[in-house]
Amino acid sequence: MKMKNLLGLALLSLLILSSCGEISNEKKEEASSEKTDLAETQAVKKSYTSKFPIYDFEGLEPMLNKTDDKTYVVNFWATWCKPCVEEMPHFERINAEQKENNVEVILVSLDMPNMWRSRLEPFVEKKGIQSTVVILDDPKQNEWIPKVAPEWGGGIPATLIYNKDKRNFYERGFTYEELNIELNKFIN
Amino acid sequence: MKAIKNLGLVILLIVLAAFSSKNISLNEGYGIGDVATDFSLKDVDGNTVSLSDFTEAKGFLVIFTCNTCPYAVAYEDRIIALDAKYKPLGVPVIAINPNNPAAKPGDNFEKMKVRAAEKGFTFPYLFDEGQKIYPQYGATKTPHVYLLEKTSKGNVVRYIGAIDDNYQDASQVEEKFVENAVDAMLGGGEIKVKTTRAIGCGIK
Repeated sequence: MKMKNLLGLALLSLLILSSCGEISNEKKEEASSEKTDLAETQAVKKSYTSKFPIYDFEGLEPMLNKTDDKTYVVNFWATWCKPCVEEMPHFERINAEQKENNVEVILVSLDMPNMWRSRLEPFVEKKGIQSTVVILDDPKQNEWIPKVAPEWGGGIPATLIYNKDKRNFYERGFTYEELNIELNKFIN
Repeated sequence: MKAIKNLGLVILLIVLAAFSSKNISLNEGYGIGDVATDFSLKDVDGNTVSLSDFTEAKGFLVIFTCNTCPYAVAYEDRIIALDAKYKPLGVPVIAINPNNPAAKPGDNFEKMKVRAAEKGFTFPYLFDEGQKIYPQYGATKTPHVYLLEKTSKGNVVRYIGAIDDNYQDASQVEEKFVENAVDAMLGGGEIKVKTTRAIGCGIK
C-alpha cells in the first residue's frame, strides 16, 4: 500500500510538471474571432456573491492538503448534477455519524456564479445541509483538475478522501455503504 | 553505488507505473492516434448524417453536447463560431447529443430541434439514438470535443477535451485548445496540447 502511495505521488508530480509545461508553451494571444452573445458576456461580468465562501483553486488547495489528525471527505458536486444530489444524503449522514472519529465532510460546489443565489443557497437551506459548503469558482479547469487528482477526467460526482497519511480519489457516485467501506480504510 | 543503482530502479519503476496507469485511464474509448468510427445518425431535420458524406472535408470537430447542461449552453456560441471559422477550411463541426431522453427529458429529439432553431445551429445536430456512438468514442460528459483528421487509414483522433480554458467568459480565454489543435493539424504541425480536462455534465 505504501509503495502504491509513493508511486501515486510520483505520478502526480510527473503529471503536474508535464501539464504545466504544456500550458506555458502554448500561451498565445490571438485576436478573438468569436461572436459572443453580448447579454451573456455582461451577465458573467456582474460580480456574484454568496453566503458561502468562494475560492479559486489556490484558495481551496489548503483544504485538500491539511495535515491535522482529521480525515477529510471532500465531495465535488453541483445542484445541476443529478447523481451528486442523489448521493448528498450519504455525505450528510457520514458527517453526522463520524464526527467523533475525527471525520469532516467538505462539499465543494461547482455551481456557476449565476446559480449561487438562485439554486445553491435555496438547495442547501431546503435540504438542511449541515456539512461545510464552499464554492470553487475557477474556470481554469484544465490546470486545477489534475492538481486535485491526476486521474480525474473532470466528471462529477467526484470525491477525495484524505488524511495526513493517505489519500484516495473517486470519480464516481457512492451509496451509503460504499462510502463507509472507503472511509473505513482511513479511520481504522 | 548500490544506492544509486536502487534509485535508478525506483525511478524506472515510477516511470513505468506512470505510463501504465496513464494507459489504464485512457482505456475506455479512443486515445490520440486511434481511428474513430463513422456513424449514421439522425439530425434535427430528420436526415441521416455520416462523416463519409463530407467528401471534401479534411477533418471533423465531433462535439458531444446537449440542450440542458449549463456547460454545454455556455459553449453554444463558441461552437457556432468554431463551425463558422473551420467549415470553410474543411473541418466542420458535427454535434452529437449523447443523452438518453428517458433519463434527461430536456434532451429529447423534439427539444433538440427547438434548441437548434433558437440558436441557429449551422452544423448538424445529431441524436445518438440508443447511445451506441458515444461509448465507442469514450465521451464522458458534455461538452466533449474530438478532433478527427481524415487520412487514408480513416478518421484519426488528434485532440480530445475542452474547447478552451474558460467556460465562464469567452473574452477571458487564454488558451483556445481546439483552435490551436485544428490550426496545427491544418498547418501540418505538431499539436502541442492533445488532451485537456474540464468539468462537464456526465452523459446519462
